[in-house]
Amino acid sequence: MDMILGHYNYWMVIIIMMAGFYTVISRGNLVKKIVGLNIFQVSVFLLYISIGNVKGGATPIIETGVDLYSNPLPHVLILTAIVVGVATTALGLALVVRIKEAYGTIEEDDIHNQDQSL
Amino acid sequence: MIDNIVDITLLSLIAIHAIAIIRMRSLFAVVMLFGGFSFLSAGLFVVMDAADVAFTEAAVGAGISTVLMLATLALTYTPEEADKEEKAPTHKPWLPLGVVFITGALLIYGTYNLPGFGDPNAPSQLHVAPYYLGKSLSETGVPNVVTAVLASYRGFDTLGEVTVIFTAGIAVLLIIGGRRRVKPNIEKNGGDHEA
Repeated sequence: MDMILGHYNYWMVIIIMMAGFYTVISRGNLVKKIVGLNIFQVSVFLLYISIGNVKGGATPIIETGVDLYSNPLPHVLILTAIVVGVATTALGLALVVRIKEAYGTIEEDDIHNQDQSL
Repeated sequence: MIDNIVDITLLSLIAIHAIAIIRMRSLFAVVMLFGGFSFLSAGLFVVMDAADVAFTEAAVGAGISTVLMLATLALTYTPEEADKEEKAPTHKPWLPLGVVFITGALLIYGTYNLPGFGDPNAPSQLHVAPYYLGKSLSETGVPNVVTAVLASYRGFDTLGEVTVIFTAGIAVLLIIGGRRRVKPNIEKNGGDHEA
């Protein structure tokens, strides 16, 4: 039981990560690929925050009378990662808009067919 | 105990959202489900004591990302294609499913050596974290340790982050900014010319 409760977070994170990975490699629609990439990203955030959590710890804001806090370092790293993640998402979506203007479609198969027929 | 129940429920809901996103065809529904997915993960961050991360995830992950995706849908589909559904996949799903299951099994095998969830004696808890928790108030005067580390101890890291955002903003402007007059041309030709 301890093993299950102690590792449940990691296993669910891996399931979510694989759901995102599957969306990226199996779906042809570019917007859906980017949603899959974001799911993958969020699963990594969840993994880091899970590792930083301390049982019975408090949110790391110093207060008298509280002496057990969760680890603040993963929180800082993930704050940076979230903001960088949205910057890459914006860049990817801009490329999708540009691809739509150039090819008239955002389906990967149609783009390949147009490239082949040149 | 209640912590564990909330944690397990939220994680299961997040996983259900992820599976639903794979199965959905309608792109609008996919983007909305992604917004729900981000909000649920923000809730889970609160449960795991990461209030600052939860704020950022709710504002940036669930807010800005969802709005950007909706804007992309609005720009890539004309009102005539109102159904906005992705095409059915032409390939059989077995190869990607195989890759995903093998990778997932290897990762789950790798978790057996990780310290348990919430273990106060895990190696990640014993390195620099006690220093930050003990000294940040006297050294920086900020009670919120996450802010102290972000803006003071790892200030250069944050400067690098700002550089990344700035670069991405310039790149987005260069890719789609200031070229709107090409668009009517494409719609006239049915979209099959090289822009």
